[in-house]
Formats: sequence, structure tokens, C-alpha cells
Amino acid sequence: MKFETPAGANPIDAMKVIGQAVDRVDGKLKTTGQAPYAYEHKDVPGKPAYGYVIGAGIAKGRVASMNTAEAKRMPGVLAVVSAENAQPLGKGQMNTAKLLGGPEVDHYHQALAVVVAESFEQARSAANAVRIEYERGSGRFDLAKAKPGAQPLTGNDADTHTGDFEGAFAAAPVQLDQTYTTPDQNHAMMEPFATIAWWEGDALSVWTSNQMIAWNKKELAATFKMPPEKVHVRSPYVGGGFGGKLFLRADAVMAALGAKACGRPVKIALPRPFMVNNATHRPATIQRVRIGTTKEGRITAIGHESWSGDLPGGGPEVATQQTRLLYAGANRLTAMRLAELDLPEANAMRAPGEAPGMMVLEIAIDETAEKLGMDPVEFRVLNDTQVDPEHPERPFSQRNFVRCLQEGAARFGWSRRKAKPGQVREGRWLIGMGVASAFRNNINMTSAARVRLAGDGVVTVETDMTDIGTGSYTIIAQTAAEMMGLPVEKVRVKLGDSSFPASAGSGGQWGANSSTSGVYAACVKLREAVAQRLGMDPATAEFIDGEVRAGNRSASLAEAAKSGEIVAEEAMQWGDLAKKFQQSTFGAHFVEAAVDSYTGETRVRRMLAVCAAGRILNPKTARSQVIGAMTMGVGGALMEELAVDRRFGFFVNHDLAGYEVPVHADIPHQEVIFLDEADDKVSPMKAKGVGELGLCGVGAAVANAVYNATGVRVRDYPITLDKYLAKLPAIA
Amino acid sequence: MKAFTYERAKTPAAAAAAVAGHKGGKFIAGGTNLLDLMKLEIETPTHLVDVQDLGLDKIEETAEGGLRIGTLVSNTALAADARVRRDYGVLTRAIVAGASGQLRNKATTGGNLLQRTRCPYFYDTNQACNKRKPGSGCAAIGGFSRQLGVIGTSDACIATHPSDMAIALRVLDAAVETVDASGATRSVPIGEFHRLPGDTPHVENVLQRGELITSVTLPKPLGGRHFYHKVRDRASYAFALVSVAAVLNEDGSGRVAFGGVAPKPWRVEAADAKMRSGASAVARTAFADARPTHENAFKVTLAERTLAAVMQENRA
Repeated sequence: MKFETPAGANPIDAMKVIGQAVDRVDGKLKTTGQAPYAYEHKDVPGKPAYGYVIGAGIAKGRVASMNTAEAKRMPGVLAVVSAENAQPLGKGQMNTAKLLGGPEVDHYHQALAVVVAESFEQARSAANAVRIEYERGSGRFDLAKAKPGAQPLTGNDADTHTGDFEGAFAAAPVQLDQTYTTPDQNHAMMEPFATIAWWEGDALSVWTSNQMIAWNKKELAATFKMPPEKVHVRSPYVGGGFGGKLFLRADAVMAALGAKACGRPVKIALPRPFMVNNATHRPATIQRVRIGTTKEGRITAIGHESWSGDLPGGGPEVATQQTRLLYAGANRLTAMRLAELDLPEANAMRAPGEAPGMMVLEIAIDETAEKLGMDPVEFRVLNDTQVDPEHPERPFSQRNFVRCLQEGAARFGWSRRKAKPGQVREGRWLIGMGVASAFRNNINMTSAARVRLAGDGVVTVETDMTDIGTGSYTIIAQTAAEMMGLPVEKVRVKLGDSSFPASAGSGGQWGANSSTSGVYAACVKLREAVAQRLGMDPATAEFIDGEVRAGNRSASLAEAAKSGEIVAEEAMQWGDLAKKFQQSTFGAHFVEAAVDSYTGETRVRRMLAVCAAGRILNPKTARSQVIGAMTMGVGGALMEELAVDRRFGFFVNHDLAGYEVPVHADIPHQEVIFLDEADDKVSPMKAKGVGELGLCGVGAAVANAVYNATGVRVRDYPITLDKYLAKLPAIA
Repeated sequence: MKAFTYERAKTPAAAAAAVAGHKGGKFIAGGTNLLDLMKLEIETPTHLVDVQDLGLDKIEETAEGGLRIGTLVSNTALAADARVRRDYGVLTRAIVAGASGQLRNKATTGGNLLQRTRCPYFYDTNQACNKRKPGSGCAAIGGFSRQLGVIGTSDACIATHPSDMAIALRVLDAAVETVDASGATRSVPIGEFHRLPGDTPHVENVLQRGELITSVTLPKPLGGRHFYHKVRDRASYAFALVSVAAVLNEDGSGRVAFGGVAPKPWRVEAADAKMRSGASAVARTAFADARPTHENAFKVTLAERTLAAVMQENRA
């Protein structure tokens, strides 16, 4: 099925199940420990052995020698596999660094070997007995130092110019020109990278933890130079991914190598430090924003440049992309520059580009509003656009951004904010309010599903879609239930298996809309097959309350499958509506923060997000997405930073004691409001995503609140107290 | 983790003798720090002597009007003890500001004093660390040092002691009581228990091989108002950037110890004498010999401002 014209009325519009706050269908399995994660699966042929990965102890250079003799003699050890004795591996397309290094070392903790033993403890102990000598090379680890040599990009990442930015900026009566930095960040998901792998003949099977089953299958096949049909990937439950699990990682490759070497299934979970230096991270950025306005506050020039680094062959943090679309203004510039660094691989992390880009842009907007003496909500409203500013002939499919700002301001009590910072005190505490825009584009991906109607009237959905804690199981069950006229209890959902039709997977906040659209397409086909089986006209048949009705006839849905299961499979594909209409999601974040005027400690006191993201498929799981993102935004604003050792080239704080994410005590009451919308130009579901929207701009809203409290503007994230302590009011 | 043997000792002296008699012997109580370090092979004991059966898990009143806290009293039990809450509030507040409920249930009084630093370079066995591997150098100096020490450090080591409890014990002038393999006992003032790193940062306290902490004693109650203000980058479950343990009198006099700044609880008696002159005067004296890095110089300012916050609360 191809979605080529705006959706008309369809069965989803009934919203008997869709749009309802249905509890997670997998909730009980998870809360009772019955949902198995990658490392826990028992459905494995034979007793698994345990693998422990050895990571490089240097960031750049060569392995001069690797002595495995002692390790191999240790109790329980079955195999030691390194580049020396592994089969020659290919490399998938989506990783920059090789997943098995040696003798060249490309980054710290790059996997160099795996030790396989009967027990985890034996494998770990023997891994510590492998002696590696290195020839240390010189590497580039400092973004600020590498910045002058950073290179322009091509294709989607090329510079953009609209009008005459330089001229308009120079002529603008009000100008802002500031530079900001954002740090390297880690996904820090709860479940580590983990895989159980085994070989049966020349076929490879894995239980793993991954967001993108079809990509993973292809990448494993490329790595082991085998046909994809011989690879079976299963990832039914994922304990968080945040983009870190979009790609094949060392756990799967090393488990497969270990399994081949010892002829048994091998299970590997990467230890926490490997989650940082072995895996990917959101790279640091240096960003410059220039905004020129009229005296009345209309933006005439907006420019956003960003510098980031990655390993050779890697990509940039696309921090400037939202600036192309968020605000009006005739003269525009965006530019990204990429430096080569020998730190671990930079790659996608939740709201890649937007998270650091909006953090910076939305402080810059706050600063500009202050220069103008304008309220920052009003300034944003004034510069709203209903069309793509680079292509004014191209409208947004739906843009209720201004309503998000205005409704949020009213709900939050924004009018009580004092424009002049540092004015509100409660005892020792300085109190401030901040606002920022949330903005992320909608992306649709081809997504397929298979639906089966059995004789007991139960519909089973099979798709390789993943549920990374987001609620995919639930919204897919709701979609099939709505389409087939059933309650959610009559739908079973099976996910995360590469033997199922390939879905959109979980990433880029495309998962909810794309995967349910795929299920919609399959259900349309199933409805036709059911109607035909019952001898009814597919065009007029209605599916309501477990029955199929056409004309004056009705039959139970179960009856259609009495004589045998009915199966339908279909994919949703996308026409060019995304070209004709800019499809995006919008929101506004409001934050109240308190700063201890003596110690500089910050406490976020209230948070509100108002989101406009099309039809909300399930307000309960959607709210969970947004409050989780808001929490991540507080972390990004106030504490999360991978500390780079610029001499030795690694992230030093590589565990959850050193890399601090918010704890419960950091997070106040969070309120989320979804505007009642349905966007008929994006899909038959009329829905968009919220998983990343919720993170866009939160950090800036926190930063702007801290500024409003203290009057000290910090332009280097995270806003830790050491950066403003000395500028706080003198103490008594 | 290296293979090790294990025994459960029946008496304090037998425990001390068992550790003294084994090269590579070590006591284990709650294990909240030791086991993690063993997994990383930062600690590689060959023999563990479990002290949990020694009966040292009681809090008793002393003849001097203070308390004797058995070494095995859990952090949770110590913080919750009614006498401690009433007379030594700074200790309860310090303990509950540390770790998590689960860890405090398992962690012991003696073990808390013996926990190792949280310097990230100590934890990464690829990096040079004089504390972990004497003579190998200190990768933290010139590296990521934001969390590390500003005073009492040396050219060999700039790590801090991570305990919150010990900061309160220092301000209370507690004493550490021990027994050795011969059964001989001694009492060490808390201020003399931890050693500064000098050239030997791997030697962290004055305990001799096999010497076992049996209890910690508190002198009779000090009175005054008790404060523990711990500043960190998040609201809970993090090590201190700076902490202030203070016992203040109505007239503003009192005493203070600082955490998060030094290889041991940092208290300078000459600084206590200046309490009535304000936080700045106290901090100037307490941190006169500070040698911060460019990344952690803020800790000196933060210590002063946190003390000022505590003094302001005392006045309020």
C-alpha cells in the first residue's frame, strides 16, 4: 500500500481503541520479570558458554603483541578469539569503526579479543590474564583544537544559504552573535549491549538487544560475509536504546566469533565502561548562532554554524537542521563542519542534531528576546512561519506551534515571570522561569506487517518492529484492534524477529507512526480477505464489536476463520507528500528552576510540555515518552557530560557513578499536554512521533530558567555550578 | 576476579590473626566496595576473612557518656539509632546523604572508613595510578580532575576519600578502636586514622597488617546544632563536590570538617577558632595550603559558600 494522498476517513477515526490510554499490553510481563531480555533467553540450543570482551587500553596505535598463553591455560577457558585467529570480517555500512580491532587500534576500548569460558567469572578472569603490549600512536582528541581544520560537508549536510545572510545580519538593528558548546553524551540505557549467538551449520542466530532488526540482520551478514537469509535476529524486548542500539555492536560480533570458535552458543553482555568507550556517543559540538532582527523583533537574518568531530569516515552532529525550519526570516545560513577525532565513534543519540542544536538555538532566542526587551514567548510567536522558510511555496502539513506556546504560557502561569533576571527570591533560593520551543521533523519509513486471524477470533500481528520501552506492543495491538473491530485483549503482538516482515524499526521518532501504518495496511488486506471469505462486499463491510457487518448481514469475525486461518501481509510505503508538505512535530517547554544563591545548587521545580504531534495513539505511553525525554533534557542541561581525557583520548567517567543522569530527587512534577490533532497528510494513522520531540528544547528551557533565576548566562553545557558560582550574589 | 579462599572468623583476634597469617589476606564485611574492586582486579586478595559473625554489631553507651559503635553496625542502623539522631545529628545526616538505601543496608561502620577513593583513574586499570600500582604514576594529575582533591594531596596522588560518614565522625572527634593478631587493642583518633598520600598513596590509614577495626567511639554529646550540607551535581546518589559537617553553637562558635576536598576528612582546628568571624575567615585558614587544579579550583569557593549557607541556617 502506498500513501500518496491525504488520508480520508478510515476505520482508525472511530478511535474506540486508538487514542485511548490503554495500559501496556506487555506491562505485566515486565513488572513480573517474565519478559526475557537478550542475556536471559533460555531458548538456545545447548548450554551457552560465556564471553568476555577485551577492549583496547589505548586510544590510537597498534597491538605490538598479544600473549594469550596464560589465559588459555586457565580453568574453564574454551577459546580466545582475536583478529589474529578470527576469520576475516567484513564491515557493515552503518558503523564507522571496526567492531573487532587489531592490530590497528582506532579508539579506546575497541574490542580486540573475546575470551570464552564455561562461566562468566572464568571468562572475565582469563580476559584479565591476556597480556597486550601496545605501540602508542598519536591521536586527535580535542574538538576545540581540531576546529580550524574541520571540513565542510556535502549532500544533506551541505551548507545552506537563503537570501543574503551576511548583509542582512550586518544591517540588522538588533544583533545576537554568540558561541556555545555542548558536551559528548552517553545513552546510558539500563540494559547493556548483550547477545547470545550460535551457529547451526552456516546459519547464525542471535538473541540480541537492538532497535533495528532488518538493519542488524544485514550488518551481521555483511560482517560475516554470508547471505542475509542465513541470519536470524531476535530482539523481542529491549531495555532502552536511545539510538545506541540502532546499529550492530561488538557484543553480537564477538559472541558470534566466540560461538564459532567453541562450537556452542556464547552469551556476552558488555560491561558498563564499554557502554561508553566501546560503543557510540552523541558528540560534542561548538556552535555559533547569529540572529538579526528589526527593532520590532522580526527576524531578518538567522545563521547557525556547528562544529563536531568523529573518527575518519564518520558523520557530523546535525545540530543546525532545525534552524532551517523553525522560525521565519528571509536571510538564512546554516553550516556544519566535521573534524577528525580519534575518540570513540560518534553516532546517533535520541534527537540527534536537535538535542544539542535546539539547546543552543533556544538559548540564543532567549538572549535575542532579552536584547529586544520582548517576552520570549511573544518573540517566538511573532516569528512563527506556516511555510518552509527556504521554500515558501512549501507549507507545513500542520503547524500548531503558536498554540503550544500560548496554551503552555497560560497553564504555566508564565505571566508571573519577571523579565529582569535575579529578582525572585525565596529565602536563599533564586527562582526563575524559562521557556523553549520543541521542534522535530516527522519521518516515515517503509514498514510491513503480517496479520493472522485464527478460528478463535484472535488476531496475531507479526512484524520485526521493536519495543525499546516505548510502547510499540501496545499501540500495534490498539491499531489491529481498531481495524478489526476487536478489543485489545483479542490481539496478540509478536515483535522483534527477523523472520517477520521488516518494519520501520525504532529510531528517529518514526517508529510509532510508521509501524502502525504498516499494521494498518496489513489489516486493510485482512479485512478484504475476511469479507471475501464471508461472501460480503469488502468495500462496505464494517468491523465492529467482533462482528463483520455488510448490508443486513452480520457474522462474527471468528466465523470467517473457522475453516482455516486467514493471513494477510502488506507494507506501507510512502509517496511524495513529505516533499509537498513539511511534516513536523511541535511543542513548548516551560520550566521553573531554583538556584541556591549560596551554593549554586540547582533544583528544577516544575516542568510543563505542550505538544502538537498529530493524533496521539495512546496518551499514556505517549506521555511516558515525553516525561522520559524531559528527564533526559534535565540531565543534558544540568549534569550529563562525558569527560574527555585529551591526553589519552578516552571518556574518563565511563560508569554510572561518574556519568550522572538525573535521579528521582532531581525530577519534579512533570505535566504534559497534547493538543487534539490529526494530521491527514502524514499517514492513515494521522499520527506523528513524540519520542524525540519531548527532548528537543528541554535543556534550553532549563538553561533559560536558571538564567532568569540568577542573571548569569552560561553558554557551555551542562550548566554545572562551577561555571557560575563565582558570579552569584556575594554571601553574607 | 582472582580466585580466593574464604573463612568466617569467630573472634576479633582470630580474624586479625587469620588476615595477618595470610599473605594477601583481607577482611570482608559488607563488601559494597571490596567486591566491585575485586571484579575489576584492583583488589586481588587471595584469602578473605569474613567478620560478620564477630558480634560487633551493637551500639552501646560508654562510661564517658558517649557511644561505642560496633564495626559491623550497618550505615542504616547507625543513622536510625535514636541516640545518634538525638545527640549526633550530623552523623545521621551525613550517612543518609551517602550512597543509596540498599548500599547503606549492607555497608558497615568499619568498612565505610576503609572504602577506597572514587578517582576514575584508580578505577581504570589501563591508566597509571600510584594508589593502585605504586610507582606507576598518576594519570589524574593533568587529566580530568574536577572531582578530585584540592588540599592534602601530593605530586603522587590527588584522590579524595569519598566517605560522608567519616566527615561527621571527624567533626565529632570520634576514635577508631582496633585489635591485632596478638589481641592487643588501641584507640586511634579519627583525625590520625587516615594518612595523607605523600609518596605512598597506596597506604591510606594507620592500620597494621591484620589489625581489625572493632568499633568507633563517640565522645559525650557536644550539644549545638548539627549540619551536614552535601553539594553535588545531582540531588542524590552522587559523591560530594564539597560537603560541610558542622556543629554550631548559638553564638556562632563551633567546629567544621569538609568532605570531597582531601584524601581524608578535612578539619583544621585553627580554622574552627575563627567560626565567629564568618565563613570566609574559616575557609581562608582551612584551605590556606590548597593546591587545586584548574578544573577543581571552584571547590575552595564552594566550600566557603557552603559553610556560609550552614552558618546562615544556624542564624535563621
